[in-house]
Amino acid sequence: MLSDKDRIFTNLYGLHDWRLKGARARGDWDGTAAILARGRDAIIAEVKASGLRGRGGAGFPTGVKWSFMPKTSDGRPHYLVVNADESEPGTCKDRDILRHDPHKLIEGCLIASFAMGAHVAYIYVRGEFYNEAQRLEAAIAEAYEAGLIGRNACGSGWDFDLYVHRGAGAYICGEETGLLESLEGKKGMPRLKPPFPAAVGLYGCPTTVNNVESIAVVPTILRRGAAWFSSLGRPNNTGTKIFCISGHVNKPCNVEEELGIPLRELIERYAGGVRGGWDNLLAVIPGGSSVPLIPREICDTVLMDFDSLREVKSGLGTAAVIVMDKSTDLIRAIARLSRFYKHESCGQCTPCREGTGWLMRMMDRFVVGDAEVEEIDALEDVSRLIEGHTICALGDAAAWPVQGLVRHFRPLLEERIAQYKRAAMPRAAE
Amino acid sequence: MPKVTIDGTVVEVPAGSSVLQACELAGKEIPRFCYHDRLSVAGNCRMCLVEVEKNPKPVASCAFPVADGMVVWTDSPMVRRGRRGALEFLLINHPLDCPICDQGGECDLQDESMAYGLDRSRFREQKRAVRDKYFGPLIKTVMTRCIHCTRCIRFAQEIAGVPELGATGRGENMEVTNYIERMLTSELSGNIIDLCPVGALTSKPYAFVARSWELVKTDSIDVLDAVGCNIRIDSRGPEVLRIVPRLHEDVNEEWLGDKSRFALDGLRRRRLDRPWVKRGGKLEEASWQEAFTAIADRLGRLNGARIGAVAGDLADAESMLALKHLMQQLGSNNLDCRQLGEKFDASRRDFYLFNTTIAGIEDADALLLIGTNPRREAPVLNARIRKRWLAGNFPVAAIGEPAELTYAVEWLGNSPQVLAQLLAEAHPFLKRLQAAERPMLILGQGALARADGAAMLAAAWELARKAGLLRPEWHGFNVLHAAAARVGALDLGFLPGEGGKSLDAMLDDGVDALWLLGADEFPIERIGPRTFVIYQGHHGDRGASRADVILPGAAYTEKHGTYVNTEGRVQRGALAVYPPGDAREDWKILRAFSAVMGKPLPYDDLESLRAKLEAENPIFGRIDECPRRGCADLSGPKGDAQALTDAPFVSPISDYYRTDPISRASPTMALCQEALRANMPIAAE
Repeated sequence: MLSDKDRIFTNLYGLHDWRLKGARARGDWDGTAAILARGRDAIIAEVKASGLRGRGGAGFPTGVKWSFMPKTSDGRPHYLVVNADESEPGTCKDRDILRHDPHKLIEGCLIASFAMGAHVAYIYVRGEFYNEAQRLEAAIAEAYEAGLIGRNACGSGWDFDLYVHRGAGAYICGEETGLLESLEGKKGMPRLKPPFPAAVGLYGCPTTVNNVESIAVVPTILRRGAAWFSSLGRPNNTGTKIFCISGHVNKPCNVEEELGIPLRELIERYAGGVRGGWDNLLAVIPGGSSVPLIPREICDTVLMDFDSLREVKSGLGTAAVIVMDKSTDLIRAIARLSRFYKHESCGQCTPCREGTGWLMRMMDRFVVGDAEVEEIDALEDVSRLIEGHTICALGDAAAWPVQGLVRHFRPLLEERIAQYKRAAMPRAAE
Repeated sequence: MPKVTIDGTVVEVPAGSSVLQACELAGKEIPRFCYHDRLSVAGNCRMCLVEVEKNPKPVASCAFPVADGMVVWTDSPMVRRGRRGALEFLLINHPLDCPICDQGGECDLQDESMAYGLDRSRFREQKRAVRDKYFGPLIKTVMTRCIHCTRCIRFAQEIAGVPELGATGRGENMEVTNYIERMLTSELSGNIIDLCPVGALTSKPYAFVARSWELVKTDSIDVLDAVGCNIRIDSRGPEVLRIVPRLHEDVNEEWLGDKSRFALDGLRRRRLDRPWVKRGGKLEEASWQEAFTAIADRLGRLNGARIGAVAGDLADAESMLALKHLMQQLGSNNLDCRQLGEKFDASRRDFYLFNTTIAGIEDADALLLIGTNPRREAPVLNARIRKRWLAGNFPVAAIGEPAELTYAVEWLGNSPQVLAQLLAEAHPFLKRLQAAERPMLILGQGALARADGAAMLAAAWELARKAGLLRPEWHGFNVLHAAAARVGALDLGFLPGEGGKSLDAMLDDGVDALWLLGADEFPIERIGPRTFVIYQGHHGDRGASRADVILPGAAYTEKHGTYVNTEGRVQRGALAVYPPGDAREDWKILRAFSAVMGKPLPYDDLESLRAKLEAENPIFGRIDECPRRGCADLSGPKGDAQALTDAPFVSPISDYYRTDPISRASPTMALCQEALRANMPIAAE
């Protein structure tokens, strides 16, 4: 269990002052100039050594990502873009950082931008986060006022400007290249990769897109050292992570914990346990709506980190734990997610545009059981034809929940079909 | 150059190629819907997936750059599965109405379904239906069939330069639309029909007319402007049903203007299909014999100097030569092809050609337009200018009527005095021209067809000389013609001979008999009341209305003809269908008439006529040759460069859709004109 002294987000619940004064009292903006004075390479090396993996869902090592940026500019500016378009169902960690600890993010932006040679950073805030964006703007204004950012930020000699851009509420704009398109004022449609943003990103310039949480933890890592951060968690899954626990628990909450905490401990210690007791648990979606669900047997023992969850064919994703007890109609729950992905597909590439709608319609039939048993295989096959064949990961995200359902709850689907056929029989006989 | 292994074969490909291009070099056909050579890469159809070693997922080959040592598989199980999946997804919401779809038989989706389609559908849901859109009188939309490849959007944006198409909605609700439900304001809009890989965008006038496999396909040359676009004429029986572009990298790439594509219904209307002779002030139907006798009676009594001939805008070189020979036999030197009174200097070929060549535009690095609107006069050539402009570093300035040309133009003013200022080195744009390495200027018919045309020609040449447009390895002086016949006529010397009269002098009873070979564009009303007019042509247009004898000729689709485009490229059109009724190929009419006059022209077949053509000017023997030119001799055309007036420029083409007898007879072109004028939805069906 994470001890209080190791917590990074000490105002996660908004109990303290979010303003600069409060943030400073919690240690933010302490010695930032000295951190910058270590130089770009040292900062990147430290972040690499900390083992920090991207907190937005894919878990790509943050330091490595930063090192993809050109060492020297070829004349084009470099950009840091912070992805605050948090739209993954079940996830609300970035939101709390934005509204309760904005200075952690702002300081992180300065350090990360410096490490990548960027003088400008953009924070792309989800459209629905109106109040959060207001607060972020206020915090940025404070930071400008205090000389922490702007010309000669923190007295470091580095000029740094930070802008907030509000999205319009499209899930796909959380995909990094879709976000860049949207930021450029175009339709949020993901770009083809390669070229990757580090080579051709925002306005054609080298760009790194990072999640809010990834950036917000950076100042603390640099202050307390990579060794401290990597001592938390498990090898290759180091540090702390904000978990968002929702669904059928007694006390839904956000909590910062070490990676690798057992799922059961996480739920029982912080969320007041599953409604009706652990035995009433049916399944958990451990990492936001796009990862496959895991049934109770796996939940008993699984650890909450990237590699452990991958081993059970799910994923840590955004670490948004969605708990479903036995009262849940799982088929309906997954059908709802299919509807979500169909609605949020940008429509650019074929498998996702056509496939998400197809999945949704099949799932809608499975909800009532109006299907043939063979169609369970068709459902799974269609999801596999989407997965890995699309421009961005939304296709994968749409496919995985369905795959998880078929993998672990095939009998449920079959029973529903049989039930429907039984109910239809007398009518047919008339 | 990187070496790539494709299905076990090693090929060397240019750096920066995509995997798809590398596969094509290796002779592997990669299926695709969204990818198109001339458009930006969208990578959205996911049909071109291939397996690249060390990539866990199949990659879209159209968007994936090659790297040295890459190993690619184009037909592995992973690839086949990916393509089958993409195709199945495309088909689930596609209506499968092939039997009633005009694209049937030439549909990419049909073809790929043969290769990758499943034999049955697993799709049990309702198919999507999409409301059709209004794109104008040329393009029929059945948007339910759309597979969202976005080729049409990219074409409008990139090639045509009219960003009027886009996609609204998201996911499966995405719809390709122009939103405002108005006609596309591009002269190249018809090309999106060819680009559309399915039957979502088809030709409106051609709707339900024929199936592609019923058509006889004839390769030919377009004559409705002077670009000489390569076309394919699709006909069934006696009718031309469709005209589509044919690939020619140096001329039209694979584009075609809307007029050239859609004016073909004009070929069926207002046709002259039998001879007519005026008796008692009234035209009456006649036999060929009667018509010839009527002409012979009149011409036989006249002195050759009192006979004149005018060649029209669509005339082929063969018939112009035959007419020239006939006139020589009659003792006349009164020949002219300059219907608008253009002031050419035909003493040297590069005084009247588009010397840079159309493909050469891509090498230029500065452009000055003088008295021309290339978008209206030669839309395909205009697309080439836009292509060059898009590549960057291409300042374009223009002297003339301001217009929207699909690229940024610095309008210097609508007065020849700007040209005078440039010549006097009193205008800043001269510096830009001089600073350029390969600058060019384009002189339009709007600059030559005016009283001070000769001065304009001389001044433009002088400017070209002064600004460094004329170099041993680069010729930046260009005349843009608007009539397909004009360069051929100039090459043949279809101009007043020794002591001969120009068209202007022939009018107002300057001659007693006037032979019009499809000439309709000059002021017909100025023909004197006593002049005997022979109109040889294919449409009952302006010229025929004043005729005393009408000889029915063949339109360009109905004869084997040679045309020289504005670059001086000699190309041959071919007969696709026979002329209607009693109409005949034009050179044959002239040959037959010469026999009536007792002095048969010395050719009995097309070959011997073409030999004469080559003897007249050897360039007619060099088919489709158009080498890049330099300019070694800087001496200019005749004309006083100082004699510029200050009358503003007026383009000879005020309405793109109606410029010649064929397009004027075309109901489709009339609809376009109407739709464009209103640019409001009209009920075209």
